[in-house]
Amino acid sequence: MDRFSWTTGLLDMGETLVVQQRGVRLSDGEEKVKFDSGVLLLSTHRLIWRDQKNHECCIAVPLSQIVFIEEQAAGIGKSAKIVVHLHPAPSNKEPGPFQSSKYSYVKFSFKEHGQIEFYRRLSEEITQRRWESLPTGQAMQVNRDSQAGRIRAVGIVGIERKLEEKRKETDKNISEAFEDLSKLMEKAKEMVELSKSIANKIKEKQGDITEDETIRFKSYLLSMGIANPVTRETYGSGTQYHMQLAKQLAGILQTPLEERGGIMSLTEVYCLVNRARGLELLSPEDLVNACKMLESLKLPLRLRIFDSGVMVIELQSHNEEEMVAAALETVSEKGSLTADEFAKLVGMSVLLAKERLLLAEKMGHLCRDDSVEGLRFYPNLFLTQS
Amino acid sequence: QAKYKERGTVLAEDQLAQMSKQLETFRTHLEAFASKHKQEIRKSPEFRLQFQDMCATIGVDPLASGKGFWAEMLGVGDFYYELGVQIIEVCLALKHRNGGLITLEELQQQVLKGRGKFAQDVSQDDLLRAIKKLKVLGNGFGIIPVGGTFLVQSVPAELNMDHTVVLQLAEKKGFVTVSEIRGSLKWETERAKQVLDHLLKEGMAWLDLQAPAEPQFWFPALFPELHGQDGNPE
Repeated sequence: MDRFSWTTGLLDMGETLVVQQRGVRLSDGEEKVKFDSGVLLLSTHRLIWRDQKNHECCIAVPLSQIVFIEEQAAGIGKSAKIVVHLHPAPSNKEPGPFQSSKYSYVKFSFKEHGQIEFYRRLSEEITQRRWESLPTGQAMQVNRDSQAGRIRAVGIVGIERKLEEKRKETDKNISEAFEDLSKLMEKAKEMVELSKSIANKIKEKQGDITEDETIRFKSYLLSMGIANPVTRETYGSGTQYHMQLAKQLAGILQTPLEERGGIMSLTEVYCLVNRARGLELLSPEDLVNACKMLESLKLPLRLRIFDSGVMVIELQSHNEEEMVAAALETVSEKGSLTADEFAKLVGMSVLLAKERLLLAEKMGHLCRDDSVEGLRFYPNLFLTQS
Repeated sequence: QAKYKERGTVLAEDQLAQMSKQLETFRTHLEAFASKHKQEIRKSPEFRLQFQDMCATIGVDPLASGKGFWAEMLGVGDFYYELGVQIIEVCLALKHRNGGLITLEELQQQVLKGRGKFAQDVSQDDLLRAIKKLKVLGNGFGIIPVGGTFLVQSVPAELNMDHTVVLQLAEKKGFVTVSEIRGSLKWETERAKQVLDHLLKEGMAWLDLQAPAEPQFWFPALFPELHGQDGNPE
């Protein structure tokens, strides 16, 4: 790692960007260093690594210093790597992050993939050695077109310049974005403080706040994404929005539920509804909060939570306990069944099949045989053959 | 008595009116921010990370509701909620093979594959945030730290500290033996067997009785490359 030099990251005249990849960690031989998360850029002349969090931290090594490169395939819990073996640093090397190193190679870990493409391009550049034919140096004086005042784009130099300007523009946009973000967050923080102070007032004046005001307050919290400071529950339940949503869901889910035997898991519902919407999707919490209101709004569906924590939507007309009787018959016919087998037979998801069998067991109709081969259910003969 | 009550109500009313006004002002600021930087949210995982961290710091959950300002104006909601759908689908598709456990890396790979060539970049942080939101659906979504990464659980199986610790031990090689557990964790054989049996029953571990020295317990979640059907190992 002592072959690297600090750099501005700006491409020189005559230097072209070939490929770049984010999410790359740099290691000094076998040892981890602080260059944990960065963008790795390959140009015709250099390998440049720039820290993703701190753009000022930018180091580079000339491609001419590379002896050879190897690939290391990804392993269990490990990213794919490229190992770059380097010549010793020349005496006139620009200063860099390390004065010395016991390794003559570095490793790039591709935490967000991209290693195959990068390796291919790097091999190409090393083979072609374009740096020998494209001289670079300090940025030259550029001719200004006197009429338009624009920088004259001449062949390859012009393209590189444009790329560089674009990159600077992007960087500028990003820093501006972060600045604006900070300012925005300051304002959001004020909203949080205000909501806390209102919540305190509400607590002090127990019962002196009207139903209407509570609803208004909750909807303000909803807009800002602030948890209800009074009850600590998510602001959600009880807002107008969730009531409307519950009614909409009742309409949307009627047919799908009928097609699926009257019962669906909440994750299925989440996917179904959001796939259908395409835009302005529901958050998981929106869905749960709306479903919690189904029963009280006397809609034809209801939310049910099994002992395991699995949440389902059922048609009001659906009676899981009756389905259990049918399940018992099915299991008796076959002698015994696992959740998988039952699911296949009946045409249900394995998740819900298991819940039904567990319920049957809870009601005393089935017994379990829990072995390493899986969980198998038998009719409860203790009950029937007393 | 009535007088006190009145005053109390007036105070609350005042503050609520103030909040309503400030909310409108904030909305305007957010709109201005969105018109300049909405693209950034969609395109840049780094920016999203910063954004999420800042929200968490001040006590705001931008993903709590699709009806919130953040979702409506910045479009953060749609990004993460759609990701949630994709995560659910990938986990469901692979459950028969890995028992409902998958590494964050493989999940990312599969999700990116499903999103196609021209879709936006998705970071591991993005996935973790989407998964945290999915927990509330009751399907057993959870995140287990192993090695330097995470295993994502997507089934309502109960995994306690013992199970987690064995998974962490198995992470390096993708499998573990009873002897290794006794050696590294200093457990009794019975305890090790109980934990391994539970993982076998849940379909998260497979038993290799042909292994040379002693039976090996393999975790499909930890060795995705060995499966031919989904191809494309990197």
